[in-house]
Amino acid sequence: MRLLAAVLTLLCLLPAAAGAQWLPGQSTEAVREGLEIGTSTSEIAITSDFHGADLTIFGALSNTDQLLLAIGQYDVVVVLEGPRQDATVRKKERVFGIWVNTRSMTFESVPHSYSMSSSRMIDDLTTPLELTDQGIGIDHIPLTPVGFVGDGSNLGEFRDAFRRLQQGGGFYDRNPSGVRFVSSNLFKASLRLPANIPNGVHTVRAYLFKSGTLITEESLPLRVIKTGIEQTITDAAHGQPILYGCAAVLLAVITGWGASLIFRKD
Amino acid sequence: MTIYLPIAELSVNIFIILGMGAAVGFLSGMFGVGGGFLITPLLIFYNIPPVVAVATGANQVVASSISGAITHFRRGTLDVKLGTVLLIGGLTGATVGIWIFSLLRAIGQLDLIISLMYVIFLGTVGGLMLLESINAMRRAARNEPPAPRKPGHQHWVHRLPLKVRFKKSKIFLSVIPIVALGFAIGILTSIMGVGGGFIMVPAMIYLLRIPTNVVVGTSLFQIIFVTAYTTIVQAATNFSVDIVLAFILMVAGVIGAQYGVRVGQKLRGEQLRALLGLLVLAVGLRLAIALVVTPADIYSVVIGAHN
Repeated sequence: MRLLAAVLTLLCLLPAAAGAQWLPGQSTEAVREGLEIGTSTSEIAITSDFHGADLTIFGALSNTDQLLLAIGQYDVVVVLEGPRQDATVRKKERVFGIWVNTRSMTFESVPHSYSMSSSRMIDDLTTPLELTDQGIGIDHIPLTPVGFVGDGSNLGEFRDAFRRLQQGGGFYDRNPSGVRFVSSNLFKASLRLPANIPNGVHTVRAYLFKSGTLITEESLPLRVIKTGIEQTITDAAHGQPILYGCAAVLLAVITGWGASLIFRKD
Repeated sequence: MTIYLPIAELSVNIFIILGMGAAVGFLSGMFGVGGGFLITPLLIFYNIPPVVAVATGANQVVASSISGAITHFRRGTLDVKLGTVLLIGGLTGATVGIWIFSLLRAIGQLDLIISLMYVIFLGTVGGLMLLESINAMRRAARNEPPAPRKPGHQHWVHRLPLKVRFKKSKIFLSVIPIVALGFAIGILTSIMGVGGGFIMVPAMIYLLRIPTNVVVGTSLFQIIFVTAYTTIVQAATNFSVDIVLAFILMVAGVIGAQYGVRVGQKLRGEQLRALLGLLVLAVGLRLAIALVVTPADIYSVVIGAHN
């Protein structure tokens, strides 16, 4: 198994003058803080025996206010968001003694996986309203039902169930101490890649908060590619399904026939 | 040693799968059945998604039925004309079945219907088998001759129109009940992942009155083509045939079957049927319990499975 340490040291060593010229809290009007992130690769190859790993992302802040930085008014949240797909949540109820899926709700375009790392608990670093506005955090990912016409009374329970199941399955994960400042402007975020990480284009997003307000965000794509014989089989099953089906039948014919030849009593 | 199943999307212990395949192969050799009706529930018990278990089960039945079919073909105990008529019904039934299967999957009721159908079929067939074999054992113990079959009585099946002569089977029979039987078995193959021999053989003998010597060969002929067709269509529509899982099951199954046949020859018919009846009932019961026991989580989530 390959260890996925994607490392980048950012070049942008900050203009030394940045903090000193302005009084605390005034910097926004003049020069906005900058945020940059990077990984050493835009592609991660995963073999079939992958059991999960940590991905490290480096980032740097620029134009920061030294005083605010010193008293910890800057917070960074880094998220690895999986490919977006519709998700259906079903609820079972007992019908004549048997457990049956009775109700369901489909949420539009939700991330298949979501791994979040922050410099502290996100609920402490800003208001819930701000998080919901930006859709940051497992509890704030927008979950919009498809073709929803009901009264909305059970929307909450389906949303909660979805978040709980995704966390239980390891797809959604949060680490409130995963972002660490290695120097005053340089930070390191570690994100958990689950063992069953979905294939496809993921997005690394980084958010910079100052005194509880989101100032800027950065994102970059990260392609996750599964490799190995198992992935070749999966690709064949989806890309050439009829051929794949014929191969499965042929394999069965050969196995059955072969056995009857080997074990034939002459 | 674990192995990753690419379509089922989970890691399993290869020895458990091998053991499952060998055990079912042994039983299928011993009892002369295809084994699909045991393999699919066992896979479901081992947390393989039912959609994959059913499609892969159908694929496995191709392998376990082929050597038997070849033997019957060589011996000439196979009525190709009768088999073809059955097959017309079978392929139509499988097509309809897969359509129902996809529909049930889309509305989230597939797992439930698969389990329910297994409970009903295994319960009925297992119960009947056990009853019949116990009666036979009692008769044998009292040294009575087996109950004579009611002769001469014209069955309703033989009054249907569209009669065709099947030379090999030496019968003159309407194609309607044959196509209907094939159709019903085709639906079972596609929804349950079974060959359906355990229903087809008794139906051919008792309902259609087809001579016993061609029944097994002809049913195997239909089973191979319908399961092969189902495998291909399942792969094309539901992407649910796990070739890795199927291959492990097949290899273990065909080897297990060789030993099963040897043991089967030493046991008496009634005892065999009673044992098989018990086994079938037990599997059905286990599935029935899973339906009524409160699940660990009443919610479930499916991400982008249908596109």
